[in-house]
Amino acid sequence: MNVTFWGTRGSLPCSGPDTQIYGGNTPCVSVSVGEELLILDAGSGIRRLGINLKGAYSTFHLLLSHLHMDHIQGMGFFLPLYDPKAEVHIYGPAGHSAPLIDRLSRYLSPPLFPIRIRELPCRLFVHEVPPRPFNIGSFRIVAQRVIHPGVTIGYRIQHGQSILAYLPDHEPMLGANGRMKDLRWLSGHDLAHQAGLLIHDAQFTDEEYPRFVGWGHSSLSQTLEFARLTEVRQLALFHHDPGRDDLQMEVLFQQTLAQQVLPFDARIPKEGEILVI
Amino acid sequence: MAAYPLEIILSRQLAENLAIPAFITDPAGNLLYYNEQAEVLLGKRFEFTGPMSVEEWSVIFKPKTKEGKDLPPSDLPLVQTLHTRRPSHHTFWIESLGGQRHLISVTSLPLLGPEGTFYGAMAMFWNNEPAL
Repeated sequence: MNVTFWGTRGSLPCSGPDTQIYGGNTPCVSVSVGEELLILDAGSGIRRLGINLKGAYSTFHLLLSHLHMDHIQGMGFFLPLYDPKAEVHIYGPAGHSAPLIDRLSRYLSPPLFPIRIRELPCRLFVHEVPPRPFNIGSFRIVAQRVIHPGVTIGYRIQHGQSILAYLPDHEPMLGANGRMKDLRWLSGHDLAHQAGLLIHDAQFTDEEYPRFVGWGHSSLSQTLEFARLTEVRQLALFHHDPGRDDLQMEVLFQQTLAQQVLPFDARIPKEGEILVI
Repeated sequence: MAAYPLEIILSRQLAENLAIPAFITDPAGNLLYYNEQAEVLLGKRFEFTGPMSVEEWSVIFKPKTKEGKDLPPSDLPLVQTLHTRRPSHHTFWIESLGGQRHLISVTSLPLLGPEGTFYGAMAMFWNNEPAL
């Protein structure tokens, strides 16, 4: 399973000279095995993914974690949507009041966007993810809701023995008060448990987190603890604060890791980096 | 070991931060969690008991009618909510561990998720007397 990072930033794109290493695009990750491709979220990173695909695929499966702007803002710039020969399947969380396609169309319609979602030239299919595991090609997908404002889901994607867990926006320690030793009470546990790679929210520093409790994001230390509790083999820190430049990210990462002995590999993936699991 | 549904996890986090006693059960009535204020009511600590079956927790605090008769578990609001999946409210007497009688009110709510999935129930207790 090849996992490529097209956007790792949270909240807002922040391209500039001080974000050249880790990138400034908002969340988008592609997962490929042979001829099969999944796309996780449609942040601004999806634009470059669409360009790089260059007709390599005719069917696209885009899985959205939730509909906050940083996770869908690139959708209108994903080239396959404008290819009449392309078949695009969009998956996302069911809402409490309106169907997924109606909620997506709030963004993909005037005045926020010049083209309506129903006018896109591709063959478009919108699916609300079921509460039970489902298959996309040879991928086995589990989608479960996790702690984050609004309806937000995380994904567990399995292909053969390879398991990827994707929880880009997640605050599992909300209200936990450090008492979540019983893993049944840990949001996202079943998605991440013993994954070969966990991609997880690490937006805040430990000093910042107390000011943002309930915003739906984790501190770096909380994410390391979540990865330890769920026994993952590799952790990719994700959804970085747009105000953090490359140097600050590296210093923060090294300082935090210097205080711990981790039973897994942890890294900050760079935009464009490919991890194989 | 599967994690509890998100609705149950969030309910616990709410209960942990409330100053009133609260219970959380699964659809079968198993008491999955009770907060510190409820520990006072039960005279037991969640840390030591862990989850309890409905047969265990429904008789611990000796619910009584106004006339002093035992209130059957089926008349407890939380048990009614588990059966009907609707809110329930009842005021009744309980006997504390110290043998004192207290008039309490209990309101229970079904925990319904998307598409009406029933995840269990949450009950909150109100002491109608100053000291419980």
